[in-house]
Amino acid sequence: MIEIRIHGRGGQGSVTAAELLAVAAFDDGREAQAFPAFGVERRGAPVLAFCRIDSKPIRIRSQIYEPDYVIVQDPTLMETVDVLAGLKPEGTVLINTEHSASDLKLDTTARVVTCPATQIALKALGRPIMNTAIMGAFSGISGAISFEAIERSIRHRFPGEMGDKNVQAARKAYELTKEQAE
Amino acid sequence: MRKMIEGSRAVAEAVGLCRPDVISAYPITPQTHIVEDLSQMVADGDIDAQYVRVESEHSAASVCLGAVAAGSRAYSATTSQGLMLMAEVLYNIAGMRLPLVITGVNRALSAPLSIWNDHQDTMALRDTGWLQLYAENSQEVLDMHIQAYKISEDDRVLLPVMVCMDGYVLTHTYESVDMPTQEEVDAFLPRYDPLYKLDPDDPYTLGAFADPSLYQEMRYEIQQDALGSKAVIKEAARDFKASFGRWMGDVLDPYQCDDAETIFIGLGTVVGTLKEWVDVKRGQGEKVGALKLRCFRPFPLEELREALGNAKRVVVVEKAVGVGAYGIVAAEVRAALYGQANMPPVTCAMAGLGGRDITFETFEEMLKRAQAGESDFFAGMRAELLEAS
Repeated sequence: MIEIRIHGRGGQGSVTAAELLAVAAFDDGREAQAFPAFGVERRGAPVLAFCRIDSKPIRIRSQIYEPDYVIVQDPTLMETVDVLAGLKPEGTVLINTEHSASDLKLDTTARVVTCPATQIALKALGRPIMNTAIMGAFSGISGAISFEAIERSIRHRFPGEMGDKNVQAARKAYELTKEQAE
Repeated sequence: MRKMIEGSRAVAEAVGLCRPDVISAYPITPQTHIVEDLSQMVADGDIDAQYVRVESEHSAASVCLGAVAAGSRAYSATTSQGLMLMAEVLYNIAGMRLPLVITGVNRALSAPLSIWNDHQDTMALRDTGWLQLYAENSQEVLDMHIQAYKISEDDRVLLPVMVCMDGYVLTHTYESVDMPTQEEVDAFLPRYDPLYKLDPDDPYTLGAFADPSLYQEMRYEIQQDALGSKAVIKEAARDFKASFGRWMGDVLDPYQCDDAETIFIGLGTVVGTLKEWVDVKRGQGEKVGALKLRCFRPFPLEELREALGNAKRVVVVEKAVGVGAYGIVAAEVRAALYGQANMPPVTCAMAGLGGRDITFETFEEMLKRAQAGESDFFAGMRAELLEAS
């Protein structure tokens, strides 16, 4: 089972990202579960969302405390939230930032991958809504979900031109991070 | 068709497939996406129902009462304080013997204000005359609604059914379900054909005045039919399996219980986490099992005796507190086992209140304390908060 924890802020679409990852994993023939860390939604407040992916039906309902992957949608969160808490030593943290992984000087044995998802989103969508770019990046670093499935889940949620632009953002992030991962 | 959807959406679609004539709800926090989705489906013309938006949950229940009395199939959903506000009408619906299904989305009660999950709301309504079923996952809650109408409308029952579903943990979780087709549901659940209904051309009185010469017999009949509904619930589960190929238990659903020394009892989604933990413990050579109490009303007394007969120890994972007494479920499990030969000790472990996460560590604590002979306790407590108070 792959366990993913997403750190974002209210309004950044963390919950949507977890849901779309689950939809994409299911589209890839896997079982998946996505849920928010149930809170009172407020714009800008730190939020958590979770996603589990497995080859068999998922029964556990606890929150994820020892993730294989941590996704950080807003790097300023790292000033106040211990986003690396419980991350498996061989796990991966994916951070939305223009900085390189080595610039961040994180105290972890886990793999650190960065992706300028907000810049990619601004370019593709004209708005800083980077959760679809982050999904592409997740596909790129993990290979746990195929990019084709990511693309289908984005197009399903955002039909038409909005879907095209979001897929474009996801593809750019996918290609960038895939290079880093290799 | 198998698809990945939110738990609330799965319920909304299942309710739509049951072809309700009337849906009534009050759109306030705490509410769920269930009635939001249903209102959209009605507005889009996907469901041929009348959607009545009302000014309170008391009115939502009253609209459903009137709709069923007039011979319609009706539906509502609410949670927490909303369920409390419905309480008076819920007794009336059961007393008038009106078949109705509502979703009781489980959330904590105020005060303090909490929007998170536990079972204190529906547990407070256990003696209303409603049957109560508790669902473990999205597939089960979807299937349970279809079964619930069949059970409720059965001439041998004619009592309303509350399908209990963990707030957030199930309502807001995306997971895969197999959504049946309209044709499949129609074949399983025929259109509602009431024995009695309000009709101006053939008038009769519902919920009339009953003086002391009558009331007690009416309560007796509700009691007899509620107890008898157990057979109908089992039948519905069997028939559902024959039609849809799915089985998630009838009144109970045992998991690794046959040779279990310690059996954990749970209701709702906590059972999924329990099953996963049981596998871990079994891997360590410990004989634990999980028993899902799928049906709380009627209370499956004989079935519990049978299922727990060989256990050395029973732990009830209790998500509601019978304040001033014991955990509500544990008290009933103890009563069921009272006087039985080799009655195992029943530990009441209260946990998960107001949305506190229940993890493997919570179960480990429960097991350890039960083994040490503790009988009633709160698990997963924050000692530092208690010390500060």
